[in-house]
Amino acid sequence: MTAAVVSADGLAAAYGDTRIWEGASFDIAPGEFVGVLGPNGSGKSTLLRMLLGLLSPSAGSLRVFGQPPRRGNLDIGYVPQRRPIDPDLRLAGQEFVKLGVDGHRWGIGRPSQRADLARRVAEAVAAVGADGFASHGIGTLSGGELQRLMLAQAIVSEPRLLLLDEPLANLDVRNQIAVARLVAGLARTRDMAVLLIAHDVNPILPLLDRVAYVARGRVSIGRPDEVITSEHLSALYQTNVEVLTDSRGRVFVVGLEEEAAHPHEAYPHEAHPHDVAPSADPC
Amino acid sequence: MLIHGAMVLASVAAPHPSWNVLHDIHQLTSFAFMRHAFVAGTIVAVVAGVAGYFVVLRQSSFAAHALSEIGFAGASGGVAFGFSAVLGLLGMTLVGAVAIGLLGKRLRGRDAAIGSVLAFSLGLGSYFVTRYKGNASGAFALLFGEILGISVHDIWTIAIAAAVTLVLLAVMYRPLLFASLDEDVAEAKGVPVRALSIGFLLVLAVAVTAAVQVVGVLLIFSLLVTPGAIADRVCRTPGRAIGLCVALSLVFVWAALSVTYYSNFPVGFLITAFAFAGYLIARLATAGASRRAPAHDH
Repeated sequence: MTAAVVSADGLAAAYGDTRIWEGASFDIAPGEFVGVLGPNGSGKSTLLRMLLGLLSPSAGSLRVFGQPPRRGNLDIGYVPQRRPIDPDLRLAGQEFVKLGVDGHRWGIGRPSQRADLARRVAEAVAAVGADGFASHGIGTLSGGELQRLMLAQAIVSEPRLLLLDEPLANLDVRNQIAVARLVAGLARTRDMAVLLIAHDVNPILPLLDRVAYVARGRVSIGRPDEVITSEHLSALYQTNVEVLTDSRGRVFVVGLEEEAAHPHEAYPHEAHPHDVAPSADPC
Repeated sequence: MLIHGAMVLASVAAPHPSWNVLHDIHQLTSFAFMRHAFVAGTIVAVVAGVAGYFVVLRQSSFAAHALSEIGFAGASGGVAFGFSAVLGLLGMTLVGAVAIGLLGKRLRGRDAAIGSVLAFSLGLGSYFVTRYKGNASGAFALLFGEILGISVHDIWTIAIAAAVTLVLLAVMYRPLLFASLDEDVAEAKGVPVRALSIGFLLVLAVAVTAAVQVVGVLLIFSLLVTPGAIADRVCRTPGRAIGLCVALSLVFVWAALSVTYYSNFPVGFLITAFAFAGYLIARLATAGASRRAPAHDH
């Protein structure tokens, strides 16, 4: 048994006096692919911010590679939620990826390191299947292309933990599945643990090792078939939760969605304009 | 000094350009005030080109504009209270840089904060101008530049400000690029985005101090923003974009100085006119490419 990548014990999150969630205890092993699910505003991004050392736990303990989380840990790759990019920007995608190697270092960089830098960038670009468009201006890329380049930027430093905040949002179904498979493949081949925040579990469900369900101030983690059941979620959140499966095998969680109106809307940008089914969280 | 240069121009028989470039260059540089103008203009073009790329990339052209108008208050205050205009300019732009940096926490959404500072500093500047009444041409020079009245002492001031700007930008180059393009990831990777944001504004304040002597506070955009706006639309790498920024600024300044020598057009007008023409050409040339931008994910 190798040491846990992430280890949380009685972990709690709060912004000031507003409690987000508490009592989270879990370990994440190397190479594990974990989906972080839950309604909008339930504190999924908060968990990632804590792992990145951008927010301190309000209670409990959190260890990343056996150490307290710290900002600037190069063993962690991170892809935040995407803001719109200036469509006029002609800077090549590779330049974006390059920042993942040495963007945090001072100065202009030594010319002698350029060849090594280019090799590492090319390797990461190839690993995400972005060879065809990595030299295009980032303003001209589609959502799926951009997401692949962001992944390349996150993995170019060869992290052992990858944190992805809604990487599938704003992608069409075909691209959602392609990017999810790509992430699962990277986790396996690089023995890299992945925490992926998703609004809709369906594109990633067959690929996940475990899910972390964040809702109503609690975090529940386990195998998807254990966690995403009517009985488990109902008992956990002490309300009537129903997990429905439609004719195409897609899973929907009904009964937790009023969480979206919960007072701690710390991350209003988690709301997605295309949430077409406000009555059923497609999870 | 502006008057002085104009008088020298008027006192010689109206010069005409020939097809002999060497002869023209000899003619252009035969007066000390023209040589000074070319030296100062070249230094400022290089600095404004480099700093301007980051101004556009960080979408802080409004901050650059505000800094230059804060500089107007500082320079006119410096004259009104009897010390150097350059020191007043530098001091006030540095204070303004920190104020803008502290007022708005993140990169975006600083418009209101900057606008408040900007309006007040223009008002303050106009008050100082009335205090040293009798020297309206001094105020005019601050607003529109006095490149034809640059002294050797001015050149040294500009050169020092330029060197400081370039060294500091080189030191913060990679993290500044990272923070400008991808603030969230940069922050997670340990880049001090907040400190860099204020640091860049401070560097910008020094660059503005250099550039104001040549183009004045109102026309500074043409060198600090327009080349960056063009390069942003054209270049694939930051290195090339900065190179293009510097090249464009040099062309605008040199062309403006040459044309002004042989005509009656003011330098400031010519610099802005060339810059705007360049921007229009770049927009027209890249418009087709933008329209072809794929959006097949939605």
